[in-house]
Amino acid sequence: MAVTGAVGAETPGVGAQDHGGTYSGGIWSWLTTVDHKRIGVMYGVSAFLFFLVGGIEALLIRLQLGTPENTLINPDLYNQLFTMHGTTMVFLAIMPLSAAFFNFIVPLQIGARDVAFPRLNAFSFWVFFLGALFMNSSFLFGGAPDAGWFGYANLTSTQYSPGMRVDFWVLGLLVLGVSSIAAALNFIVTIINLRCEGMHFMRMPLFTWMTLITSFLLVMAFPAITVGLVLLMFDRMFGTQFFNPLAGGDVLLWQHLFWIFGHPEVYILLLPGLGMVSEIIPVFSRKPLFGYAFVVYSGVLIAFLGFGVWAHHMFAVGLGPVANTVFAAATMLIAIPTGVKIFNWIATLWGGSLRLKTPLYFCLGFIAMFIIGGLSGVMHASAAADLQQTDTYFIVAHIHYVLFGGVMFALFAGMYYWIPKVTGRMLSDRLGKIHFWIMLVSFNLTFFPQHFLGLHGMPRRTFTYESGLGFEAMNLMSTVGALLLGSSMLIFIWNVLQMLRKGPPTGADPWGGSTLEWSIASPPPHYNFKVLPKVYGRDPLWAADTSDSRPGDDVEAPEPHMPGPSAFPLTTAIGIVVMAAGGLTTTLPVLFVGVAVVLFGVYGWAFQPLEH
Amino acid sequence: MERGRRPHTSGAPRWIGPLLALAALALGACGGPFPQSALDPASDFAWKLQDLFEGIFFWAVIVFVLVEGALIVAIFRFRERPGGAAPRATHGNTLLEISWTLAPAVVLVLIAIPTIRTIWDVDQPARGESLVVEAIGHQWWWEFRYPDLGVVTANEMHIPVGTQIDVRLTSADVIHSFWFPRLGGKRDAIPGHENQIWFTADSAGLYLGQCAEFCGLSHALMKMQLVAEAPEAFQAWVDRQKSDALAADSVIAAEGSQAFMRGGCIACHKVRGTVAQGVIGPDLTHVGSRRRIAAGILDNTPENLERWIRNPQAVKPGALMVVPELDDETVRRIVAYLQSLK
Repeated sequence: MAVTGAVGAETPGVGAQDHGGTYSGGIWSWLTTVDHKRIGVMYGVSAFLFFLVGGIEALLIRLQLGTPENTLINPDLYNQLFTMHGTTMVFLAIMPLSAAFFNFIVPLQIGARDVAFPRLNAFSFWVFFLGALFMNSSFLFGGAPDAGWFGYANLTSTQYSPGMRVDFWVLGLLVLGVSSIAAALNFIVTIINLRCEGMHFMRMPLFTWMTLITSFLLVMAFPAITVGLVLLMFDRMFGTQFFNPLAGGDVLLWQHLFWIFGHPEVYILLLPGLGMVSEIIPVFSRKPLFGYAFVVYSGVLIAFLGFGVWAHHMFAVGLGPVANTVFAAATMLIAIPTGVKIFNWIATLWGGSLRLKTPLYFCLGFIAMFIIGGLSGVMHASAAADLQQTDTYFIVAHIHYVLFGGVMFALFAGMYYWIPKVTGRMLSDRLGKIHFWIMLVSFNLTFFPQHFLGLHGMPRRTFTYESGLGFEAMNLMSTVGALLLGSSMLIFIWNVLQMLRKGPPTGADPWGGSTLEWSIASPPPHYNFKVLPKVYGRDPLWAADTSDSRPGDDVEAPEPHMPGPSAFPLTTAIGIVVMAAGGLTTTLPVLFVGVAVVLFGVYGWAFQPLEH
Repeated sequence: MERGRRPHTSGAPRWIGPLLALAALALGACGGPFPQSALDPASDFAWKLQDLFEGIFFWAVIVFVLVEGALIVAIFRFRERPGGAAPRATHGNTLLEISWTLAPAVVLVLIAIPTIRTIWDVDQPARGESLVVEAIGHQWWWEFRYPDLGVVTANEMHIPVGTQIDVRLTSADVIHSFWFPRLGGKRDAIPGHENQIWFTADSAGLYLGQCAEFCGLSHALMKMQLVAEAPEAFQAWVDRQKSDALAADSVIAAEGSQAFMRGGCIACHKVRGTVAQGVIGPDLTHVGSRRRIAAGILDNTPENLERWIRNPQAVKPGALMVVPELDDETVRRIVAYLQSLK
């Protein structure tokens, strides 16, 4: 059943457009698929669902803070909500939403038929998905993690956090790390080895470039948090004392390990969005990206510098003037390549012929908001000034200007831009623009006042505030903004549902795109390219000589053989989560069952032939 | 020490302060006053940070206007026009790239110089004569000890105006962060480490502070107050605090004292000059003189004290205070006793 040629009428909505049988087949075909496009769709849908979960957590937080001394949500629940809001948005929403694009778009952009390791790709998805369910199931078993997404030692010790909550967090993140590293290695190999003929590194589309850089960041940053999590797990489960100051351990060791991961993680979240914007702006300006090489190198530089700035999260820790000077200066340096990117995007717009469609709207909103987030970032790069800002709502405002005003605007630009390629149908531009305007205004209403809340002395991670400190009005504004922001998501969801029901079919290339994914049908057939394309420069579809780069469906070539489905990646992923559950409850039999399932899965995986 | 003294090291024009205040005001027009605001400095330390921040804010405003302006001009000037010619494909311009790499670098140098100067000023041990105060974070209250004066108190710190205060920070349990926004930046109180922060208050007054590092269930309720007063008033406070607890001044307070000593309170609390020598909870020798109770979250009134003693966890979730079963009469007596400990 490698490829069912049947027209996929079983998949509602996309069936009519689904010439290649890309999405046809029942639930079993989805559980066992190794097609990067289906895996991309599964990543996208599940990441969006977790984005909604994290959003609901945020709304509950905002409802509690809407009025002073509110008793809507008790502190115990509040601490779970803000911990899970951060953890969910970082690990279960933005990262996998980026992974959805890596999966769907990157192989198409480099002219490949799939990723280098299709089964490993399925494995990454299932580990992510089951790990995310594992982490969220904590709500049903005595409460979710409540020590913050940063989990500072020694609050996470069994003395100060008894029970399973922090164990859920530790084991959940360890499981998710497996997924991230496997996916990152897969994309590194894919991008390096599977580029089509002529696709030199300096001809690669920017999104593929940023995916490559992000993958390297993942591979290098996750080991640091893994070490920290394993030490913490040993402290909690086996009585070691790595983070116990009374026994000679050091609580600051955790902060260093966490932020050596944590700051590159910010760029893991950010760079894919920068890549998307760098793709979309040229297409809607009808003009190639200005300063391609500088945009690429600035991405590399941001990633490189990102490993040298972790202690800027620790300016109030008292590391001394030498460390604070070095980390302040290194952090400020990052503003340079970031600025270069912004200038190049504006230069790309300059002199263009701007088609003001929804994807470009979101890109422009992204630039405008990202500038604000960048400027407030420079304010707390100044280590001394940061002593007033750190751990206040000023930082909450900053991270949301970067991660929501920045990354989420870019990801929405990416969704409006590439969803037609995924489904073969157009989203409504009118609804998209309504979504954009409500999101832009309510985003600013929510987060702009928070800068001033912080400067006026409101610390973050507080479940309540006293009346009389002047925080009432701005908190209320912020809560009203958050509710509006949440409702703007309903417009997007409505738009997607309407598209699936009756969206007009899109051709291969609705936007006049420049990259290879627009040369094939929408949705692409399961094999992507009948004949692998050749490229002769950047923006292959805009180049004068495009005869070879439009393989299209008209080529009279035999249908390529693709790897068959496999249930073993899912099996192995289930085994890993069972292992985590065994560790969580410290029941050895469960742990051994998990190990056995993993071994069975890996064995079957290794010996299953590629095609049936 | 004159009021509002400021060093002006950043070189930012003087209008940037008012502009920042205006922006803050525009948003907070329906809010305020802001008694806990970092934008209202009242110490040398706070002024240094404010001055540095204003300098950076000045550059941020300029960059914001220029870049957002360029973006908006590009959007309006280059929108698609029907029948317009296809845009010219430009691939880049090395001179432009070099200049817009150098321009932010220059601005950053201008920000880095006052930043580094301030870091080397404030992130060092205190210089010169200072009054040492040890601040110890507990879940969820603050202990203040004055080793040179023999004073121990909780949640309400007193200092003389115009004297440099050298706060030595540590923690009895998890990481906390010491922060009085009007008196300067925050610094973490870390178990197993000793940190320092120092400042000289400009003017007498009551300053509000609270823990700024997430420290568990009632992090939001870990507040503190600081009374800066004239040296003579401070000395009078020290003299009162140094003395042993006052003898009960009424029958009900005397009964309360007995209930307190017998009721298990003394396992954790100290009342100097009595058998109460506990060290886990706040020192209560002069608890009646404090403005607020329960780490700065309730006014120190008999009603609030009664509420607290009856059920501390209802006031502050997770509070570690253990209270035995007490009848109403006993609670009222203990309240009277504690109120008498001026």
